[in-house]
Parts: sequence; C-alpha cells; structure tokens
Amino acid sequence: MLTALIILFPFLSALMVFSTKGNTSRNLALSASIIEFILTLAAFFIFKNNSSSALLTFNHSWVQSLGINFSVTIDGLGLLLVLLTTFLVPLIILSSFKNEYENPRSFYGLILVMQMALIGVFVANDGFLFYVFWELALIPIYFICLLWGGENRSAITFKFFVYTLFGSLFMLVGLIYLYNHTNVQGFKSWAIQDLYAAGQSLNENQQSAVFWLIFIAFAIKMPIFPLHTWQPDTYVTAPTQGTMLLSGIMLKMGTFGVIKWLLPIVPLGLQKWGGTAITLSVVGIVYASIIAISQKDFKRLIAYSSIAHVGLISAGILSANQQGLQGAVMQMLAHGVNVVGLFFIADILLRHTGTREIDKLGGIRSMNGNFAVMFLIILLGSVALPLTNGFVGEFLLINGVYQYSATMAAFAGLTVILGAVYMLRSYQQIMLGERKDSNIAFGSIATSDKIVLIIICIVIIAFGVYPKPLNDIAEEGVKLVMLNLK
Amino acid sequence: MKGLLILSGLGILAMMAEIFKFKKFLLPITLLGIAAAFGFNLLEWNNTMSISYFDNMIKFDNRAIAFSGIILLTAFFWFILAGNHFKEDTSMVDHYALVLFALVGALMLTAFTNMTTLFLGIEIMSIPLYVLAASKKNDLNSNEAGFKYLIMGSFASAFLLFGIALVYGASGSFDIATIKTHINAQAGDLPLFFYVGVIFMLLAMCFKVSAAPFHFWAPDVYEGSPTLITALMSTVVKTAAFAAILRLFMIGFGEISSLWSGILSGIIALSLVIANLSAAMQNNVKRMLAYSSISHAAFMLMVVLANVRNNLSVDALVYYSLAYSVGSIAAFAILYSISKHGEEGIEIFNGLSKRNPILALCMTVAMLSLAGIPITSGFFAKYFVFTAMIGTPYKWLLILAVITSAIGVYYYLRIVIAMYFKTSNQEQIESVNFSNRFVIIAATFITLVIGIIPGFVAEMFKF
Repeated sequence: MLTALIILFPFLSALMVFSTKGNTSRNLALSASIIEFILTLAAFFIFKNNSSSALLTFNHSWVQSLGINFSVTIDGLGLLLVLLTTFLVPLIILSSFKNEYENPRSFYGLILVMQMALIGVFVANDGFLFYVFWELALIPIYFICLLWGGENRSAITFKFFVYTLFGSLFMLVGLIYLYNHTNVQGFKSWAIQDLYAAGQSLNENQQSAVFWLIFIAFAIKMPIFPLHTWQPDTYVTAPTQGTMLLSGIMLKMGTFGVIKWLLPIVPLGLQKWGGTAITLSVVGIVYASIIAISQKDFKRLIAYSSIAHVGLISAGILSANQQGLQGAVMQMLAHGVNVVGLFFIADILLRHTGTREIDKLGGIRSMNGNFAVMFLIILLGSVALPLTNGFVGEFLLINGVYQYSATMAAFAGLTVILGAVYMLRSYQQIMLGERKDSNIAFGSIATSDKIVLIIICIVIIAFGVYPKPLNDIAEEGVKLVMLNLK
Repeated sequence: MKGLLILSGLGILAMMAEIFKFKKFLLPITLLGIAAAFGFNLLEWNNTMSISYFDNMIKFDNRAIAFSGIILLTAFFWFILAGNHFKEDTSMVDHYALVLFALVGALMLTAFTNMTTLFLGIEIMSIPLYVLAASKKNDLNSNEAGFKYLIMGSFASAFLLFGIALVYGASGSFDIATIKTHINAQAGDLPLFFYVGVIFMLLAMCFKVSAAPFHFWAPDVYEGSPTLITALMSTVVKTAAFAAILRLFMIGFGEISSLWSGILSGIIALSLVIANLSAAMQNNVKRMLAYSSISHAAFMLMVVLANVRNNLSVDALVYYSLAYSVGSIAAFAILYSISKHGEEGIEIFNGLSKRNPILALCMTVAMLSLAGIPITSGFFAKYFVFTAMIGTPYKWLLILAVITSAIGVYYYLRIVIAMYFKTSNQEQIESVNFSNRFVIIAATFITLVIGIIPGFVAEMFKF
C-alpha cells in the first residue's frame, strides 16, 4: 500500500505544481519531494523491521485478459534505489533555486513526473509495468532537456531519445518473447517469477538472443561502450538538473535492470555472452578515462568519468558473484550522490565565473575556501578514497571482477588510477594556483547551494565511515538475486 | 444492418437538403443519424440469432460491429470538424451526401460475406472519394489528386474483379464460407488460376491500403486532397479496407496461408522500410502523415499475417484501427485548424506551444500515440502486434518493425520539436473554434483513456 502511495504521490504533486505559478511551483515541488523522502524513510524502517511487510507490496489487476498486473514491491535492492531517488530529487530541486528557469511550473512538474516513473521502474514486479515505467521516464527527461537545455539542444536530445527508444523496443520484443513462453496453468503471465521461470526454461541459443535483446536497452541507458555516443553531448547540453537526473538516477535504471531483469532470466545466455559484455564494459572504462583526461570542459569531463564508473559497475554485475553485485549496488548509490555533487559544482562554477573551461579557471581556493573544501570532499568520494562512500563499492567491485578474471580486474582497476589523474588534475587547475583571468571573481555562494553541498558532503563521509546500514540491505538483496542465479 | 440503412437514408436526405431548403439542419440531422446508426449497430452486439441479410451476402457479426463502430465514431468526429468548413460553400450538400455514401461502402466492407458485396463495398466507398479528392475545384493539385486516385483506384478495382472472377471460376461460388469449404475439400487439387486469383485479390487490397510497392499514389493524393478529405481517407477508408482484408484472408483464404503469407511478408517489409525512410525526409506534414499511414498499414498487415496462427491478433487489429483512427483524426484536426491558408509545411507548427499550449499538448499526445510510446493507445496497439508476431516464424519482420519504429519516432518528434523549440514569426494566439476544439480534445482524451485502460477495449473485442 505504502509503495503505491510512494509512486502516486509525486504524480499528484506534479499535477498540483502544474497549476501553480512562479516561486510557488518550486517551493511546492521542494516540499513535495521532501515529504516523498520521508515516506521512503518510513518504508525503510518498515523494511528494517519486517522485510516482507504487507505494507510494502501492492497488487492490482490492470489488463486481466493479458495477465498484466499493477504489481509493485519494495524489496531490498529496490528500497536502496528508491531511497537514492527520493534523496536526490529534493537536492536537485533545491540546486535549481539560483537558476531562473522560464516556465517553472512545467520544469518542476516534469521533474516530479520523472521521479514517479523512476520509482516505478525500481519497484515494478511485473514485466509489462516495468517496461511502461521505463518508457515513461524518457518523456519528462526529453522535455526537460529539450525546453531548458543549452546550445544545439534539439538535435542532441533527439539523438538521445531515438537512441534510447531504439534499445527499449528491442527490450520490449525480448520481454514479449519471454511472456510468450510463460505458462501458469495454461495462462500467460507477466509476473517476474514467471518470467524468470520462462527464461530459465529456454535453451542456450534462445537465451543468448534474449540476453542481447534486453541487454542492449540497458547498455544504452548506462551507457556501455560502444553505445555511449549519445551520452556526453546530452549530459553537457541538458540543464544541470536534467543532467543530475540522467546521471544520478536514470543511469541506475540500466544497472538495476541488469541485476533484476536480466541476470536471473538468462543464466545460460550470461554464461555464453557475459564475457563479451564484460569486455565491452572494461573497454569503456579505459576508453572513457583516457578521453576524460583530455577534456577541457569540466562538465564534459564528468560525463566521461561517469561512463568509466558505470563501466566498472556493469562489469561487476556481469561477473555475477556476491562481491561484484554487492559492490555494484553500493557503487550505484555512491555514484548517484557523487556525480550529482560534481555536476552541481560544475554548475556553480559556470554561474559564478561564466565558464567551465578548466584552462581558464584557477586560484578559486584563495577566493572561497569553504567551496574548495566541499569540492575536494565530493571529488575524493568520486575517486573512491577510503573513508568516502565511493570506496566500499569500488573495492567490492574490483574484487568481484577479479574473481571472474584477473586480467579484466587489472584493466578495470585502471579506473582508480586514471580517475585520480583526471579528477585531481582538474581540481588542481581549477581551484589551486594563480588566477589566470583577473576578470573572474568568485564570491560566497548562496545559502541554497551551500545546503545542497553540505548535505552531499555529509552523506559522502557518513557512508564512507559507516556504510553498514546500506551494505546490510545490499548484501541481503544480492543474496536473493544469487539464489535465482543458481 | 440498420446502421447501413440509416446511413443510406441519410445520404439521400442530404442530397435533398438543397431542394427543400433545410441545409441549416443538415449537420445536426447527420450527427444524429450517425449516432443512431452507431446505437442500432450496437444493439446487434452478441446477437446469436442469424444476422445475415440479402441471401447471406452481408452479416453483422461482432467483428463487423466493432469495425463499423470505429468507422462511425471517426465519421462522427469528422462531421463535427467539417461542419463549419462547408458552411459558406454551396457544395455542402454534395459533400455530405458523398461522404455518407462512402460510409455506406465502408460499412459494407466490414460485414460482407460474399465477394460481390466486397466489390460493391469497395466501389461504393471509393467512387465518392475520387470526387471528394478533387473537390477543391480551382486547385490544380486537388484535381491531380482526384485524377490520380481515380486511375490508380480503378486499376486496383480491376485487379480485384479479375481475382474474384478467377476464384469464382475455380470454386464456383462467390460466398466466402463456401469457398473455404471448397478449399478444404479440394486441398492440393485446386487449379493454378485459383491461386492466381487469390494473389490478385491480395495485391488489389494492398493497393487500397497503400502498402508498398503499391503506395505511390498515396503521398500525392494525400497532399493534393483537401485536408479534411485526407483525414477521412486515412482513417475511415483504412479501417474499412483492413476489416475487409481480415475477413477475406482469415475466413476465406486462411487455409492456404502458405501461398500468400510469403508475399505479404515481403509487402510488409517493403512498406516498413520505404514508408519510414520517406516519411523522415518530408517537410510537408500531410505527405509525412501519408507515409506514416503506409507504415501503420504495414503494422496492421502484420496482424493479418500473424492471425493465421495466433488468435490473439484479431482484436489486435480492432484495437489498432481504433488507436490509429483516433490518433490520426486528432492530428489532422489540429493540422486543419492551424493551417488557415492552406500552408502545410512543418513550419506551421513552429512555436505552437506558445501560441496555443492546449493544442500543442494534444498534438504531442497524438504524435506520441502514432509513434507508439506509453501510455498512449498507440503503444498498446504496437504491443498487441508484437505479441501476435512473436509466435510466428516471421521474427525477422518483427526486428525490422522495431528498427523502423525507431526511425518513425524521428519524424513524429520533429513536429513536437517544432512546436516547443522553434520560434514562429507570427506571435498571435492561435484560436480554434469550439467544434474543432471539441474534436481535438475528445480524440486526445480517448487516446489516453484506452491507452491507460486497454483492458476495457481488449476484453470487449475478444472474438
């Protein structure tokens, strides 16, 4: 019941936001998203008490004759991602307070609709429902990028939309294929367990076909090399809040999808093609890291770093062992928070100095020390220094990939070194040294911006020092997934 | 059946409106008549008693009623839309009468059980449309469209007739059910010219629904005809022709599907590729919609192809027709409302989100529906087709359909981008009169409702 409320609430608030004007819209959106976070916290504590509480599931028939149900459950992994979503959305909304967006009610309304669709993806327990939410998430983000994006946005968002839709349609075919093989007392069913059973009953060739049909959709969303070409342009062009939604949460749809909707369905397909997919992921890590080093635009640099990170997550998931999956889940949470922080830093830089070019900036630390500290914390989280939130995940991930193949782990490990190279170097150039351009001034930053940065920094350190509560849930969730893999 | 009679009566009445001077009341009378036809049609729903008429030449079973229902619903919207258009025009009554007669033909096509009624239906539907296509008398393009449609249409009709004659020659009957029994009895022993006849009929019907490679007339005719007539052609005519194809090839020639399904799969593949690639290159919205209708025709033909093996796909075609008709009528209504001076380039949509946000929103829904994005009805339509196709050996066609659908999104979104992103040189608010607004909003509403609760429609159309 609570789950249905958590899905429905952002949508209802979006409808209210659509009918407001000016600053009311953003204040309403912010309060709605905070209430939503509180609701999720309630779900978190209910889950802690009793992980199979009836409050966390909701089941209602949608299209009876086709076996489609509106069936949603907050399970361990879903809970973590819903928490991530509802935690980030208020920050994303708050981070926009200093940007004057035209037509704010649509902007904030679309963010809330997006939130609904994202939560839906993470809690859906029905294949069809999952697909509908998956597609539904695309529409608001498309309009957010199209209407409030930067230069050349129409061509770039277009590429993004067609690219992802292309993948989704293949996934739809794959899911329908599975659905067609389900058999529950003579009826077909979209329920997730039935799809698992149907997938596992297929032979190796059929499983391979289904593996690729579904994996392509996830690989595009993450994105995995060589399907990443939409990503840097879209991230750079989208308005900061759009980029945050895309990289912080939407990217996790892909990785989460692989864990819940791919691995348990096609174990044989995974055995046959998992190696290829891991190789692609690892190639992506090295490739994106090297490109990131040579980037001049800080936002674009973060975009490439995100490809590298997600490549490691994907490799960890596909190696399909406890450490890899658990690390992937932890890293998904950490990456969500860190990348939002980094994009926000890029946005603040642009707003204060008028540029994101790394070469033109310099010496900002001497102008605003607090900002420099917060930037450093987020950056260290991103390069996964011990005692930051990024460390646990990355450590487990490399461990997981190592169990699969030592060579792969060696290449995947490059992400740590290369990541440190491009991140620390850009920090050095932007924040330290002398001012390169005397016109650039960097005063104190606004309160709303400060709040966002402080919250992110606290989370980075808190979950770096004490990751246990999240790690426990992740471990339990992954164990359940592993049961299905056997 | 009563619906058919009511429409014929209305057509005759419309012709007399000029003489007896009740032109003013013609629109309400027509709308009432169509509503009555719809109602009477519905009364025959689930009627287990024999509902054959004219020596078993027409039979309104549930499927026929469902298809006629869609046609009448679309026609109802169309008349509301067209109401104002012909007000000053002296030819109003002619238009009304012609459209009503075309509807009679369309209804016959949904319910024929005999090849003579099939041919009659096709001709009764097509001949008024030839005239209507050319109804902008002073416009060269409209004349060209009418002429082209006539020549090409007659050509197809001749093919159909020839095919009917050959099939009759081999089986000795015009009755679909008898032919089917004959095929079963004579399995493997049928003369070659029977098969030739079936293929001829298939090609003729593909011509009527403008599937590639018989599609060349469609873009020119769609572009040249007045927008309202194009709307009629792409909805009512398509639905009726598909009802006919389904009936003919499922009941009549279903047993020998191995003969025609190969050819049909080729036609579908060509239509998908040609239509989507060409549509992506159009700047004229009507031409673009013409190509899009070819691509949708390919999807609907896939249902026919899959149907032989999979019973699920019957209601898939009904649902698809409904989703497509409603989406198209909304798109055409918006196009008609904003192109006041006959411009049809994509530029007329520029900045529509500022000039009239409601209209832009409705157009977005219509485009998303035609592109097949959840939660619009177009998505479920596509979903049903995919589900039907996955059980057939034609999986390659399904993959092709997926790829071309992604191309399809490109041209539908171009309009959305134009509306929200491009700026217009005219800044005044786009006002739309009440009746058009009604049609647009009602069609958008239906698109969303049957997209959110498709179960309602899908349950109803289980045959």
